[in-house]
Amino acid sequence: MQNSPSPPLLRLEGISKSFGPVHALTDVNLTIREGQVTALCGDNGAGKSVLIKCISGIFAHDAGTLYWNGKPVHISSPKDAYDLGIQTVYQDLALADNLDIVQNMFLGREVTRHLTLDEDSMERQAAATLASLSVTTVRSIRQPVASLSGGQRQAVAVAKAVMWNSKLVIMDEPTAALGVAQTAMVLKLVTQLASQGLAVILISHNLNDVFSVADSIAVLYLGTLAAHEPASSLTRQKVVELMTAGRLHFGIPQEERHHGSA
Amino acid sequence: MAVHSTSDEHRELPAARISEAAPPPPQATFSSYAHDMWRKIITGESGVLPVVVGLVVIGILFQSANSNFLSPGNLVNLLVQGSVFMLLAMGEVFALLLGEIDLSIGFVAGISGIIAAELVKGTIGWPVWLALLVALLVATAIGALQGTIITRLGLPSFVVTLAGLLAWQGVMLMILGNGGTLPINDAFFNGIANASIPPLWGWLVMGIAVAVYGLLIWSREHRRRTSGLVAPPSSVTWIKIGGIAAAGIALLLIANANRGILFPIEGLPWVVLLVLAVLALWSFLLGRTAYGRYVYAVGGNAEAARRAGIGLANIRTIAFACSGFTAGIAGIVYASRLQSVSTNLDGGQLVLYAVAAAVIGGTSLFGGHGKALHAVLGGIVIAAIYNGMGLLGLSAALQYVVTALVLLAAVTVDSVARRGKSH
Ligand SMILES: Nc1ncnc2c1ncn2[C@@H]1O[C@H](COP(=O)(O)OP(=O)(O)OP(=O)(O)O)[C@@H](O)[C@H]1O
Ligand SMILES: [Mg+2]
Repeated sequence: MQNSPSPPLLRLEGISKSFGPVHALTDVNLTIREGQVTALCGDNGAGKSVLIKCISGIFAHDAGTLYWNGKPVHISSPKDAYDLGIQTVYQDLALADNLDIVQNMFLGREVTRHLTLDEDSMERQAAATLASLSVTTVRSIRQPVASLSGGQRQAVAVAKAVMWNSKLVIMDEPTAALGVAQTAMVLKLVTQLASQGLAVILISHNLNDVFSVADSIAVLYLGTLAAHEPASSLTRQKVVELMTAGRLHFGIPQEERHHGSA
Repeated sequence: MAVHSTSDEHRELPAARISEAAPPPPQATFSSYAHDMWRKIITGESGVLPVVVGLVVIGILFQSANSNFLSPGNLVNLLVQGSVFMLLAMGEVFALLLGEIDLSIGFVAGISGIIAAELVKGTIGWPVWLALLVALLVATAIGALQGTIITRLGLPSFVVTLAGLLAWQGVMLMILGNGGTLPINDAFFNGIANASIPPLWGWLVMGIAVAVYGLLIWSREHRRRTSGLVAPPSSVTWIKIGGIAAAGIALLLIANANRGILFPIEGLPWVVLLVLAVLALWSFLLGRTAYGRYVYAVGGNAEAARRAGIGLANIRTIAFACSGFTAGIAGIVYASRLQSVSTNLDGGQLVLYAVAAAVIGGTSLFGGHGKALHAVLGGIVIAAIYNGMGLLGLSAALQYVVTALVLLAAVTVDSVARRGKSH
């Protein structure tokens, strides 16, 4: 990578992952650049979540190499990912139901003073972050996450990921359960994170959202990368074709155009 | 694992520029707070309902059968008997919080008592403090060993600690010989559960403890109220402090009444202070430190904890070590109370009492919900049942059956409460 002046933030080379007989990922090559929003699309079961879990240190990939700023890295645990500056909103949100909102947002990175938890400063920062995401409907920031609605839980998970200084933010369907205002806020946040120079990977089934924020779009089809193109060179129709067939073949009937873009 | 607060740790959120900072949360009024509290009690979320109901029912039942039950002398006796259950239950809370169970703590307590008794006996004659220290270290090491087997080999805690229950019972029999008894002659050792604090000193210690606790809770809640953080109204803070003070005064009035028959016996048994000290220690660890937070996180959603970068194996192993350590204290208290250790020690029954005490107190068997305080409150309930059955002269056989029913009832309440919450 010495020939290029600035290597991409993250490069995946030949990443494969199988669960027993199931080949979830086969030889995936993908480049993630700083300051860009990379959308990851694909049908259910295409391997999107498995791919980002390989990046976040949840799964160990079977073959292939990850390059971070051009250097090969081993991300063998979630902590390795944090240490590199990777923050992830998981599809299943990964919240502890018995802990309250503040406790969840700071889980694993508690602020301490003299060995004890500094609840006051954590609560202030959590409240400010939630307010900045227009999350105003929660009754109390000290209520257990178990008592929140699905959308509120998702908002907490997003707030948890964007609160920290990081270089790469990964969001696995972060707006699936959000209301109109909160969705707009998260999308706005995504573009703002990118304009601050961060890399963002956004997984979404909503192609309107994808086209409104993505700089480039990667499409996974049955565990292989079908395409990774600048968003400007793709259309909704092409993305749908890539998602459903894994390749572009022209002359698709008109009525299938918006299939999958709900 | 935990980070220190530095300004560059946190992102200056872009969106923060768009909307204003968080509006201050509406300050809770007394009535809204009381309403919330009542809802928690009714839905079983706060977990204290079974304790309160249990104590009232037990009090009425046994007092009507034997008028000695609520006498100061018997109440103090009940607390001393219960101290072993309370300590064991506090150890069990660590395992239960993780969603695991530790069945070995009864006999781990026995091992601890035996080691301490062996080391202070005439032929060895170690200083008592060293003997107690070694006993506690061994108990902690046993807990850590079992925890290591559970986490590193990925075996169910139920099986590993069940094996521990058998193994440590065997070791106990080997040391004592079948039907053996090991008397303890050390005055300090025996005094732990049998000596009392002089009444005046009792008032002094309790006064200081209540004042320190009251000051801590008031300053904390006042600070949070004035800086607009979530906090109960000041009336609730005062009610809490008043409640603690009332409990302290009631305890001292009972303990300082003369309960002797031939010659006066009065004062708070030292072991009650010991239980309160362990309660304070574990409440602090579980409630105010990052480690404690991780214990709850692992019990609530282990996968979420793992993804947050928490080392599950270490958290679990340390919890089992804490469980063993607390069992070690319980074993020393048990030996001190009987002034001996013998093969009569039934570690299987003790551990069932400990689980029952923790669960009756409000700790969930399903992990993630519980406090050290629950163990103490549940321990009082169990001690009351145990003591009451003894007063009524019920046979050992019947006592086993009643214990089993109480355990089943506690687990049913827990299961129903949790089910009601998750749907
Ligand atoms: N832990 C696992 N064990 C076994 N197989 C798994 C596991 N996780 C994912 N898979 C399999 O890997 C494939 C890809 O799953 P993945 O979760 O990545 O899909 P996805 O693209 O995120 O789909 P969706 O849009 O539904 O979220 C699926 O066939 C799934 O069954
Ligand atoms: Mg997915």
